[in-house]
Formats: sequence, C-alpha cells, structure tokens
Amino acid sequence: MTMPYYVAPEQVMKDRAEYAQKGIARGRALVGTTYDMGVLIVAENPSSTLHKISEIYDRVAFAGVGRYNEFDQLRVAGVRHADTKGYAYSREDVDARSLANVYAQYLGQVFTHEMKPLEVEILVAELDPDGDAHQLFHIAYDGTVADEQRFTVLGGEADAIAQRMTARFRQAWPLSQAMVACLASLSGPSRVLHANDLEVAVLEHGPWRRAFRRIEGKEVAGLLVDGEQVEVPSPQPPAVTKLLDTDRPVEETIDPTDD
Amino acid sequence: MPPVAHGTTIVALRFDTGVVIAGDRRATEGNMIAHRSIEKVFPADRHSAVAIAGAAGTAIEMVRLFQTQLEHYEKVEGTRLSLEGKANQLGQMVSANLPMAMQGLVVIPLFAGYDLRLKRGRIFTYDVTGGRFEETDFHATGSGGRDAKNTVKLGYRDRLGRDEAVELAVAALYEAADEDTATGGPDPIRGIYPVVATVDAEGYSRLEDAQVAEHFSHVLERRRLRGEGGESS
Repeated sequence: MTMPYYVAPEQVMKDRAEYAQKGIARGRALVGTTYDMGVLIVAENPSSTLHKISEIYDRVAFAGVGRYNEFDQLRVAGVRHADTKGYAYSREDVDARSLANVYAQYLGQVFTHEMKPLEVEILVAELDPDGDAHQLFHIAYDGTVADEQRFTVLGGEADAIAQRMTARFRQAWPLSQAMVACLASLSGPSRVLHANDLEVAVLEHGPWRRAFRRIEGKEVAGLLVDGEQVEVPSPQPPAVTKLLDTDRPVEETIDPTDD
Repeated sequence: MPPVAHGTTIVALRFDTGVVIAGDRRATEGNMIAHRSIEKVFPADRHSAVAIAGAAGTAIEMVRLFQTQLEHYEKVEGTRLSLEGKANQLGQMVSANLPMAMQGLVVIPLFAGYDLRLKRGRIFTYDVTGGRFEETDFHATGSGGRDAKNTVKLGYRDRLGRDEAVELAVAALYEAADEDTATGGPDPIRGIYPVVATVDAEGYSRLEDAQVAEHFSHVLERRRLRGEGGESS
C-alpha cells in the first residue's frame, strides 16, 4: 500500500507562488500612472493587435501582464461584469473598486484551490471624473490588492522599473512628460525601447462618456518628442495643481464624437 | 389591459452623406397625453441610431439592451459590428418580443446608420416578428407614420443635402402632428421640440433644439405663404 506524500501547506503555497512569479517575470512589464488629465498606461508590447490594455467601462480600464490567454479571460469577464452591472443598475454604479474585489477573489480562489495559479498580474484603473483622485488597483496572481494613486508597475523587473519611475514621477505632469518617463523607466540601462515597442492608452477627462482612448502610431512618437523637449521641472511640484486647465491646447487627434 | 404609454411618430431618410432620424416627443395613454417630452430617438452606438414607436416602456428597455450589447461586443471583440450585424441583432430582439406583441405591447423600431464599409447611410425597418427589411431611401412608422412618410415621399429626391434632409424630416413630423392626435408638434411655449439627429462618417450627432426650432420656423413660413397664395412646396 502506498501512502500519499505529505506536503506542508506552506510548501504548497511557496511552490505555487514561485511558479506564478516565474511566469510573470518572463512577461514584459507595464506602467500605469496618473497625469494632469487622467490616467496613462504604457506597456511594452510589440504586437499592435493583441492588446495588454483595454477598455472595461466608461471610466475604467484594464491592463494585464503574464500569460495572454489568462489575462484576456479576466478582461472579458470584467467587461461582462461591468456591462451587466451598468445595465441592471446605472452606468454610474460601475466602479473599479468593486471590479478589483471581484478579480481579487477570483485570483485568490484559484491560487489556493487549483493546481496551477494564474500567471498574471492585472491593473484596474479608474478615472475620477470630478478631479484628480484617480485610482490604480494592482492585483497580483494570489489575489493581493494594492491601491495606488501615483503610479504602479506590473510584470518582469517591476522593482527596478518602479525605482526608476519613483525618481521621475511628478504629480499632475503633462501627458508627454509622463510618456517619456514611462518609456525611460521601462527601458532601463541595458536596453532601449522605442515608440513602436509600446502600447499606450489613456483614461482622459473630456466631454465624452467613454474616457478610454488608445494612443497609437504617430501620436505616440509625437508625444515622446514633445516630452523630451520640455525641460524637467523642479522636484518640488506646484502647491496647487489646476485640473482641467482650459488653456490646454486641444489636440487635433482627440475624437470628441466618440459615444 | 390598463393604459400603457405609447410612442408615436418616427421618421428616417437618407441624404448624400448619411441619414437623418427624427421622432416627436409625445407619449399617449389612450386619449390622454402621458408625457410631453419623452425621447424616441437614441444613439445605438457611434455610427448608428435607433428610433422607437409603440409601447414606450418595452421599447426603451429594448434600446437600452441593444446599446449595451453593441458596446459589449465592441469591447470584448476589439472591433465594431458591421451595420448589417447590428440590424440583425435588433431584429432578434424584436422577434423575442413577439409574445408581448401578441398581448398588445407592440414595439417597432426604426434603425438607421452609416455603413463604414459601403460609405453611405442605410435604413432598416422591422415588423413584429422581427422581420428585417432595408428601405432604399426613407421610412416612417408609428401612428402618424403614414402622414410623415407621404410628406417625405413628396419632398424626397436623390442626393439631398444634410440641411435639406433635416428640414424634410421636420416637415414630415409637422404634417404628422397636424393629422394625428397622438403625435406632438413643436411646443415653443415649453421649448419642447422633436429629437432630430444625423448619422454620417463623423458619427451620431443630435441637433440642438434651437436648430430644430429654426427648421420649424422655415416650414411654418412656407405654410403661411401658401395660405396667401404663394408657392405650394
């Protein structure tokens, strides 16, 4: 008669965590940060069709790193959750916090009860329509949730990228500067990334209902050039940050008719 | 059956670069005016619009579900449905309402949009079974639909401009309100005007009330001149 092996629960959890971390570390990273007009998400993604960043709802965006099929499944579930909730109640009742909790529960459940944990880390971002209290929920493979208001980094080498980002981050900076900083932080000392290695999207203030917008092609390159030219401001941010500055030039490429 | 709010006249017509879709603002319960300012024209998504006639509660719910479905598809798939696809989807929803229609809660939508592939406006109509039919140039439905359709028919020609098409739609609603008690006309006292929207390559765009009021004043001016022996158009 064979006896089943006894494996201590601590060991099981450690093995699973290690397995998930390995999978995630292989993936390319992404950075989510706030800027003067909303939330910016920049991912290293050579594919222009398989997205890491997507729209969930009017003011909520999703981004994932790790195994594509796994985070895409989470994305679709999130869209379904948000659309169902918005239809059953009201559009304004859909928020990132509730969605982050659903994700956290699911990831936690899979991590403890299934053979294989999900090899993903996800970001759920929400634009604050009335001000700058945007939210970035960073959810790890085991269901741990972290709530950030400045920036967050997901994926391989997250710690090194976060360090570089900390040095650069400015409260309520303009989009172009934020993009340059994200690109530089993702790049690091040993490798240089370019505009066409990036997938970029924003949740931005505007008159339209759906705040999510992809920034693609020439616009990415243009913003990076603009951001390089702007002199880096002093580390002391201005005492009062004015949001929705009406003097801000409206970029021609913004499409205000989006429903 | 207790009285149920009913929406009345809706009209759509093509112009050279898109479609106009319009509807009056009145809802009736039997011979009573139930609401003076309901809306019967809605954006379905960026490049299409849906207008509804019939049992207002069921119809507005159908529109809400339709809008949610189109947006859901767009987000999940990362691409938009074709205009045909949207029209068929709406047909399935009308057909699902057939048991209710047999009980008297008929909902007849009118679907119009800009086909990004064919680069022109298209109009689809439905019957209670969900049967989907494409109109070549214009259509009107609801209790004042016949009067509205006749007005459009007499004033229609190929390649109308946007403004001309808007004015024709406004005239059609005026004539419908003139003949049909369940259709509301312009209400300058309360500042309530029909909803008029256009859909073209740029997307859905609803006209301001002031613009609609101006078109009504043109229509009324022509009617007044006709009374004095002026032109009959």
